[in-house]
Amino acid sequence: MTVQTIDHDVVSVVQAAIEKHGKNRDAMIPVLSEINHVFGYVPREAIREVRKQLHDPARQVHIAESQLYTLTSFYDMLSTKPRGRHVIKFCENAPCHVVGGKAIWDGLREKLSLENGETTPDNKWTLVTTSCLGLCSVGPVLLIDDDMYGNVTPEQISEILEHYE
Amino acid sequence: MIKKRAMVLVSNDPESIRLGANEIVQHLNEALVTYGIQDEVDVSTVSDINHSNILPLVVVYPEAVVYGPVKASDVRYLVEEHLYKGRVVDDLLAPPKMLTGQIGWLRGHKGYNPAEHRIVLERAGRIDPDNIEEYITANGYEALGKVLSEMTPESVIEVVEKSGLQGRGGAGFPTGRKWKFVRAAQGSKKYIVCNADESEPGTFKDRIVLEGDPHVIIESMAIAAYAIGADEGYIYIRGEYGLAYRRLEKAILQAREFGFLGKNIFGTEFNFDIHIHAGAGAYVCGEETALLESLEGKRGEPRSRPPYPVTKGLWNKPTSVNNVETLANIPAIIRNGAEWYRSIGTPSSPGTKVYTIMGNVNFSGVIEVPMGVTLREVINIYAKGMKPGSTLKLAQTGGSSGSIIPAVLQDTPMDFESFRKAGVSLGSGALLICDQNTCIVDLVKVLLQFFRFESCGKCTPCRVGTQRSYEIVDRISKGQGKLEELDTLLELAAEMERASNCGLGQTATVPIRDMLKHFRTEVEAHIRSGSCPTGVCEMAQEVEKI
Ligand SMILES: Cc1cc2nc3c(=O)[nH]c(=O)nc-3n(C[C@H](O)[C@H](O)[C@H](O)COP(=O)(O)O)c2cc1C
Ligand code: SF4
Repeated sequence: MTVQTIDHDVVSVVQAAIEKHGKNRDAMIPVLSEINHVFGYVPREAIREVRKQLHDPARQVHIAESQLYTLTSFYDMLSTKPRGRHVIKFCENAPCHVVGGKAIWDGLREKLSLENGETTPDNKWTLVTTSCLGLCSVGPVLLIDDDMYGNVTPEQISEILEHYE
Repeated sequence: MIKKRAMVLVSNDPESIRLGANEIVQHLNEALVTYGIQDEVDVSTVSDINHSNILPLVVVYPEAVVYGPVKASDVRYLVEEHLYKGRVVDDLLAPPKMLTGQIGWLRGHKGYNPAEHRIVLERAGRIDPDNIEEYITANGYEALGKVLSEMTPESVIEVVEKSGLQGRGGAGFPTGRKWKFVRAAQGSKKYIVCNADESEPGTFKDRIVLEGDPHVIIESMAIAAYAIGADEGYIYIRGEYGLAYRRLEKAILQAREFGFLGKNIFGTEFNFDIHIHAGAGAYVCGEETALLESLEGKRGEPRSRPPYPVTKGLWNKPTSVNNVETLANIPAIIRNGAEWYRSIGTPSSPGTKVYTIMGNVNFSGVIEVPMGVTLREVINIYAKGMKPGSTLKLAQTGGSSGSIIPAVLQDTPMDFESFRKAGVSLGSGALLICDQNTCIVDLVKVLLQFFRFESCGKCTPCRVGTQRSYEIVDRISKGQGKLEELDTLLELAAEMERASNCGLGQTATVPIRDMLKHFRTEVEAHIRSGSCPTGVCEMAQEVEKI
C-alpha cells in the first residue's frame, strides 16, 4: 500500500470500517486501524465520526473522543500525525543490530536528513524505527510501506529508495 | 496419498504471466514427469507478489529457496538439480533483498537441515495452506473427530496433562493444568484465546505455523474449547502479520463450510466458532492480560493479578490463553497419545521446541528439534557452524523472558528444567548467536532500548527503571559510566523485579543481571579505561578517566 493522502471522504471511510468490524467496543481498534490504513494516520475528523457512530448508550456502548485518542497514541501502528507518502520502518532490535543494523540506520538518517519519527519537507518520506518484524534470518531488515528488504547493505540504500516515486 | 516432499510455487501475477509464468508451470510439470518425481512434488501458483524486477519467481518449499527471474528454459535444469538431486542452483537464486512479506518463509541461506523432529511444523510448507482438503489428507481434523466422538472433556485434559506439554509462549506453564483450572472455574460462558501476537525480537516461529498450517490452530482451539467448556474463541494476531491473517480468515471460512466450526460439530452437541482480531502494534499486548484488554478494545495495559485469566479473563469470564506453538502440539498428542509425546524430548520437558536461529552463523532460519538439544549442537549441526572467523561469545534467547547465555554454558541441555537450574531462560525460542565482535554493553543497550520503548508506563518501577537503566548503560557505552553505577543497576533491577506489575518489567532486568554476572570485566573496562574492548562502542570525545 502506498499511503494515500488524497481526500477520502472521512464519513464513508468510517462507515465502511464500522460495517466491516461491527459496532461493539471491541471493534474500536480494528476500525481505527482501517482508518489509519486509508489515510496513513487517524485524522481528527475521523475520530469525531467514529465516536458519533459508535457511541450508543442504549446499547451500553460509551465512547469518548479522548478514549479514541489514547488508543491511537498507544498503538504503534496507529498514528495521530500525518505521515509522508512512504513510511520507512527500520528494525532496531538486537538480531538486526548484531548483523550490521546500525550502519543502515545511520545511512538512512544521513541520506534523508531525518531523525526517528520525522517526515521530509516534501512529504515524501517518514522514517521510524520499529520492533522486530520477524524477518531476522535476513537482517538487517527494513520495511518501506508494505515492501520488505532483507540483507540490506549501506550501499543498497540509495538503490532501494529510488524505487519510490 | 503419497507424502509430498516438496512444493513449488510459481508467481502468477500479470507481470509474471507476461514474462512466461504459464510456460514455466508447464515445463515444471513435464520435467517432474521426466524425473519420475511428479507424485512427490506439488506445483502451485502464488499471486500477490509485490512489484519487483525479478519475476517470474519460483519458490521451492520446504526450504523456501527463492529463484528469480526464471526462464522456461531454466526449468529442466532446476528440477534436475534442486528437486531431483537436492542441490540449490546458485546461479538462479533471487537476490535476497527482493523477498517480500508475501513469501512467508524466509531463509538467509540454503540447504537442508539434519535430524529435525517436526510436530509443530509437520505440515507447514508441505501442504497448501489455503486448501482445507490438503490439511484433512494429512490427518487434519482427525483429532477433533476423535475427541468429540470418543472422549469426555475430562479425558482430553487428562491426556494433555499426562503428555507433559508446557506452554511455549515463554512461561512454560503446564497446558493441561491451565485447562483444568478453566474447566473448574465458575460460570457457563468461557473463552479460548490463541496468543498469536508473537513480537519477541528474533522470534517468527508462530508466523510459520499460522501462514503454513492455519487449520492446525483452528482444530486445536476447537479441542481446547471442548475441553474447557467454551463455545467461542479468539485469535489475537500481531498487526503486522497480514498474510497470516488472510490465511486464517480463509481457513476459518473453509472450516465452517466443512462443519468443523459452527453448530453441532461432527453431529454432536458441541458448538464452537472463532473470531480473529488483529493487534495494532504494541509488544506488551503479548502479555496475556494486556492482550485481553486490547481484545476488549482498550489500551493494552496489563491487569493486576490476581484474579488470573483462568477465572476472570475476557469480559471477566474464565479464559484460557494459549500460544500458537503450544496449540499446534495438541492434535498430534490426541492422535498419538501422551506416551508417544513423552518419548520425545527430556523427561521434565517432553516434546520439541521450535527455534529461530540467527546471528553470526552460517545458516539462519527455523528449526524444530527435541527438547534437550544443546546450544553447541544447534550451532554446529543446525546452524552449520559459526561464520568463518567467528567464535561463539554468547547467545541471546530473545525478548522479555530471554537470557544471555555465555559460551561456557553451551553444553547445557535446552529444556525448561536444565535451563531453570542453570539460571537461564529459554524465552520464546529465539537464538541470537553472537561472536567475539559483539560488545556486551552495546547488546544490552539495544535490549534496554527495546524495553524502555515497549514499557506501557502503567507502573513506575518499570517505566522509570527501564529508562534509568538504559541511561546508565548508554553512559557506560560512551566511556562515561562510573563503577558505583553498576550497583545502582542492580538496585534498580531488584526493585523492578519486586514491584513491576507484569512480566515485562519483571524480566527486563535479565540482560543487566546476565551482563554483570558473566561479563563484568568487559563492562568495567568501558568504565576504567574508557575504551570498548571489541571496538564497537563509540566513545564520547572527552573521556574522564577514573
Ligand atoms: C511482555 C510479555 C510479552 C509476551 N508476549 C507473548 C507473545 O508474543 N506470545 C505468547 O504466546 N506469549 C507471550 N507472553 C506470555 C503470555 O503472557 C502467556 O504466558 C502465554 O500466552 C500463555 O500461553 P502458553 O501457556 O501456551 O505459553 C508474553 C509475556 C510477557 C510478560
Ligand atoms: S511492568 Fe511495565 S509493561 Fe508491565 S504493566 Fe508495568 S509498566 Fe506496563
